[in-house]
Amino acid sequence: MMGLIQFGLRGAGIVAALFPLQPPEASSIAGDVDHLYFFLTGITVFFSVLIFSIIFYFMVKYRRRSDDELPEDVHAPMALELAWTIIPSLICVVLFVWASSLYVRNSHPPAASTEIFVIGKQWMWHLQHPEGPREIDELHVPAGEPIKLTMTSQDVIHGFSIPAFRIKKDVLPGRYTSIWFEANEPGTYHLFCTEFCGTNHSEMIGWIYVMPRADYEAWLAGGEKSEPMAQQGEEIFNHYTCGYCHVADGSGRGPSLVGVYGKPEKLATGEMRMVDETLIRQALTDPNSVHLDGYAPIMPTFQGQFTEEQILQLIAYVKSLGAEERTKAK
Amino acid sequence: MSTAIADIHEAPAESGVNYLNTSYGVKSWLFTVDHKRIALLYLGTITFMFLVGGIAAVLMRINLIEPQGALVEPDTYNKLFSIHGIIMVFFFLVPSIPATLGNFLIPMMIGARDVAFPKLNLLSWYIFVTGAAVMLYCVLSGGVDTGWTFYTPFSSTYSHTNVVLAALAIFIAGFSSILTGLNFVVTIHKMRAPGMTWFRLPLFIWSMYASSIIFILGTPVIAITLLLLGLERILHVGIFDPALGGDPLLFQHLFWFYSHPAVYIMILPSMGVISELIPAFSRKKIFGYSFVAFSSMAIAVISFLVWGHHMFVTGQSIYAGLVFSVLSFMVAIPSGVKVFNWTATLYKGSISYEAPMLYALGFIGLFTVGGLTGLFLASLAVDVHLNGTYFIVAHFHYIMVGGAVMAFMGGIHYWWPKITGRLYPDLWARFAALVIFIGFNLTFFPQFMLGYMGMPRRYGIYPAEFQTLNVMSSAGASILAIGYAIPMVYLFWSLRYGPPAGPNPWRAKGLEWTTASPPPTENFLEIPIVTEDAYNYPVAGAARG
Repeated sequence: MMGLIQFGLRGAGIVAALFPLQPPEASSIAGDVDHLYFFLTGITVFFSVLIFSIIFYFMVKYRRRSDDELPEDVHAPMALELAWTIIPSLICVVLFVWASSLYVRNSHPPAASTEIFVIGKQWMWHLQHPEGPREIDELHVPAGEPIKLTMTSQDVIHGFSIPAFRIKKDVLPGRYTSIWFEANEPGTYHLFCTEFCGTNHSEMIGWIYVMPRADYEAWLAGGEKSEPMAQQGEEIFNHYTCGYCHVADGSGRGPSLVGVYGKPEKLATGEMRMVDETLIRQALTDPNSVHLDGYAPIMPTFQGQFTEEQILQLIAYVKSLGAEERTKAK
Repeated sequence: MSTAIADIHEAPAESGVNYLNTSYGVKSWLFTVDHKRIALLYLGTITFMFLVGGIAAVLMRINLIEPQGALVEPDTYNKLFSIHGIIMVFFFLVPSIPATLGNFLIPMMIGARDVAFPKLNLLSWYIFVTGAAVMLYCVLSGGVDTGWTFYTPFSSTYSHTNVVLAALAIFIAGFSSILTGLNFVVTIHKMRAPGMTWFRLPLFIWSMYASSIIFILGTPVIAITLLLLGLERILHVGIFDPALGGDPLLFQHLFWFYSHPAVYIMILPSMGVISELIPAFSRKKIFGYSFVAFSSMAIAVISFLVWGHHMFVTGQSIYAGLVFSVLSFMVAIPSGVKVFNWTATLYKGSISYEAPMLYALGFIGLFTVGGLTGLFLASLAVDVHLNGTYFIVAHFHYIMVGGAVMAFMGGIHYWWPKITGRLYPDLWARFAALVIFIGFNLTFFPQFMLGYMGMPRRYGIYPAEFQTLNVMSSAGASILAIGYAIPMVYLFWSLRYGPPAGPNPWRAKGLEWTTASPPPTENFLEIPIVTEDAYNYPVAGAARG
């Protein structure tokens, strides 16, 4: 008996290897997304089978027996028309509520997420950990911890997709998009580019290595020594003497950058804008478009002077300023 | 009056002169203003374009047999899927049913002698041919590699291929769509025969009316969008490329504002064809006429409000995503209503299974699967996983090939005797319908599984674990190709050797069946006067007047 089960399992394993039907469920949200996916599959199968069987039954039952036969007159009852309008509508309401609440939940990264920065370029992925290490087409992450990816592109639109985590987001030039996951299963998973980006689009792929915390620490320690991103940002900040105007105590010609990240600020136009990655980037590349109320528009543009990577490092630095106060406030 | 809706077996005066033999020679075709001849000009043009797009598809499927790419270089593969998409969408599917069957049938079904603006109709064909020629030149002079979606800034700044030529080709062909839509709307409003009220119109006319409105309202938007793309590419005016101060998502909004309704341009006419075939082969009035008619209009309206569902993972705001998700679910309802009504039409009918009916039933099956899998993509959390994968490819091929092409084939087979006056061998036709159905499912069903597994679309090279399903898909594609080749053979054969069809071989209702096959140039010797509803098939126990 056991042998039979074992044989069956091995057979199933071979079939699964040749004919995989489900990607691994390797993130905290994958199971929930799959439940909805299976529910949708159930609805699809139910209605397809229903309609196919009715058609097949009618095909046989009401086949033409002689060329002169006359079909019976049938009137369409209003109740039936209403029923097959309303019942599918109700099913759609259920689907909408289910899918949307899951989507909204999956869209908000937990506050404690570790932030990793991603730059897409034709045709590779650059990733940088806050501790400093850089990776290309590979990402090492600890299992069981929320990771937030802040992403931008150096050229065209790319798509960052990890099927095993059921996550995906386009990566756009000139702005930042973000996405998060909590991998719960150590292993190696595909990273794909899912937005067509030119010649080697199908080779803009990589691997996500999910490792237990201890292994991850060992990996971090084992690589080339590098400074944390915020520190690299600080060096750029000092090199370009940004601190000449952006004095920490607010006495400079530009606003102090301490503690501004994540807070709304009033622009000279009167508009309130949240200080986020996109605003900081805009302040560097097109400062006059976002200069703050109460300050003269004297900041020079740094358009084209920084790489996307340097901009991300500067952002990491601005975020680190006043980060302690932010955590205290929470 | 009763001679107008003549006894279905009796042909109008048989002078032997019809629209095909009334004059001969290339000139008589190139300068014709007869809507029926123009329909055939379109049929020839789009069949040729279908072959070009089909060859691109065959080469892609051959390449995908091997994970490392069995046939072509990555750049070539990228051009193949772009050419396949652009040609099939803009030069086959969009004009397929409207420009051929629509052109041929609208005047005949409403009892008119021609469309409202016959010369404009011919001009539309010339414009279309110009667009098609530019597209073929684009292909022959190196091709284009942006995909049919032309996403910026790749298309406007980074691609090194003939983007402007391809955009120009679509821009030109768009005018053909706009003018055809205009012509149809005016024709349907102004040229209906006496007694042909709106609610006596065959449902094919309703669906053509709905898609004509989309033609008129939607096509200018894609034209402007492609013009802006050209401006950015040639003159570096910053519109879409952030490096020039533009917004790359603006392009996607504009593109999908046309291209989602365009999906309904492709499927609404098919729904119209199916609404003709099912009653004809069940010899029965369609179930829920007004529900089917109004669902076409509902689809046309809502289709303009769902474009954002193509952009759920682009960084569009969560709230925009929620709104577009609701609207996308809403557009599913009228499509469902149609499927239920078609199915119910079979109830207590007198059903026969000639080739057109097999295509119609195949359409219902494939469209049902295509429509239901659309619900996956309207569901935000699931779309995040499936967006950009082969699931999308499978879904829209179920709608556009399983739906639109099946209906086109069904319609061609149904009206072929009317168009040519000849019958084709029905056994071969049924066989071909079956081969197409099997080949189609074998090609595209595995792609649903590939998509759920995570395989991205537009990959010429892929991880080895996806090979089994890709080989199945390629095998299916070869069967599908045979399925499409068979009708081309027997339909050509029938032109010469097919037995004469007579005016109404199916004993179907509808004004087009009351005149000779092929019809005379003026369609009807006498303009008919309509005294009954569409699909008024005789029923048991009722006296026929």
